[in-house]
Amino acid sequence: MEQMRLYPRLDDQVLNKQLSLVKQVFIQGNAETRLEAMGYRVGFVLVEKIAKDIPRMNGELERMKFLCKEFWTAAFGKQIDNLRTNHQGVYVMQDNEFFIFSDFEAGKQYVETSAIYLALPCGIVRGALYNLGINCVVTSSVENLPVVKFHVHMQQKN
Amino acid sequence: MSKQNKFSPGIYISGELFTLTYGALVAELLRDLESPTAVNRQLDKIGYNIGLRLADDLLAKHSHIQRCTDMHQVADVLAKVALRTYLGVTAQVSNWNPSNDEFSLILDSNPLSEFVEVPSELAQDLRYSQILCGAIRGALEMMHMEVQTFIVQEHSQSVEIRVKFIRILQESVPPGDDD
Repeated sequence: MEQMRLYPRLDDQVLNKQLSLVKQVFIQGNAETRLEAMGYRVGFVLVEKIAKDIPRMNGELERMKFLCKEFWTAAFGKQIDNLRTNHQGVYVMQDNEFFIFSDFEAGKQYVETSAIYLALPCGIVRGALYNLGINCVVTSSVENLPVVKFHVHMQQKN
Repeated sequence: MSKQNKFSPGIYISGELFTLTYGALVAELLRDLESPTAVNRQLDKIGYNIGLRLADDLLAKHSHIQRCTDMHQVADVLAKVALRTYLGVTAQVSNWNPSNDEFSLILDSNPLSEFVEVPSELAQDLRYSQILCGAIRGALEMMHMEVQTFIVQEHSQSVEIRVKFIRILQESVPPGDDD
């Protein structure tokens, strides 16, 4: 502002700079979004490394099963404990002891804090599924640590 | 990395997940900050904060580690125990200076940059594995040793880290409060 008063000719330049800063802030989003985007990248590459020697999978369910067994074991050290679906594009995967929370106090105390820790894994799952040909939205929910539920919503195919 | 790294008792996480996540972090920092040197600084800071916590974890898991009385012992623990525990590799200790307070850790395989190719325009300035320097500095600060660490050279295969002992920190200075 000071600058603008002293050098009116600089107006454009200063405004542009401000504008680009504002744009940057909006593109980058909040911490969760950015972590999710990082996870997406990781999952996208990781699934290729894990799935390279595996025969072609047909159908959504088979891919989800691959994700719950092979992928989960290779990436997070154990299998998913429970996979449920409503057969209309919504899957719920339950991990009874997600590795990130093995050092957390079990119970409800850190449920709120856990959200930020789950942004990256959600991205990993989304990236992995995307590279398997499934376009989806992944969210997570926690009621009692260290039990984590991942919700996968398939995008409508056009 | 086909080996699995041990993080806390009974819990293993895949080395690939670790390497890729670190790669995503560096890429994100590069996008965020204007210069590779700023990225190096950030990585060093992150590593420092990790080191402060890892020191505790390492000593809790390896109760056989004794109090170190000279830098040779410190170098040994770093190269043989710490790096093996957290990265699944061991390092060689070499290039001691005459007064025995400065040495190099040479990692023959660098797990952090396993799938990584640093673009040539960044290779000059970016220290991809700078986080290791920060972690070593942080961990040794928890042990009341002030050291200087920097990367002498790194390729995708190997990395050489120089560690220089500065002074013993006094009990009264709480580590981590002076940044």
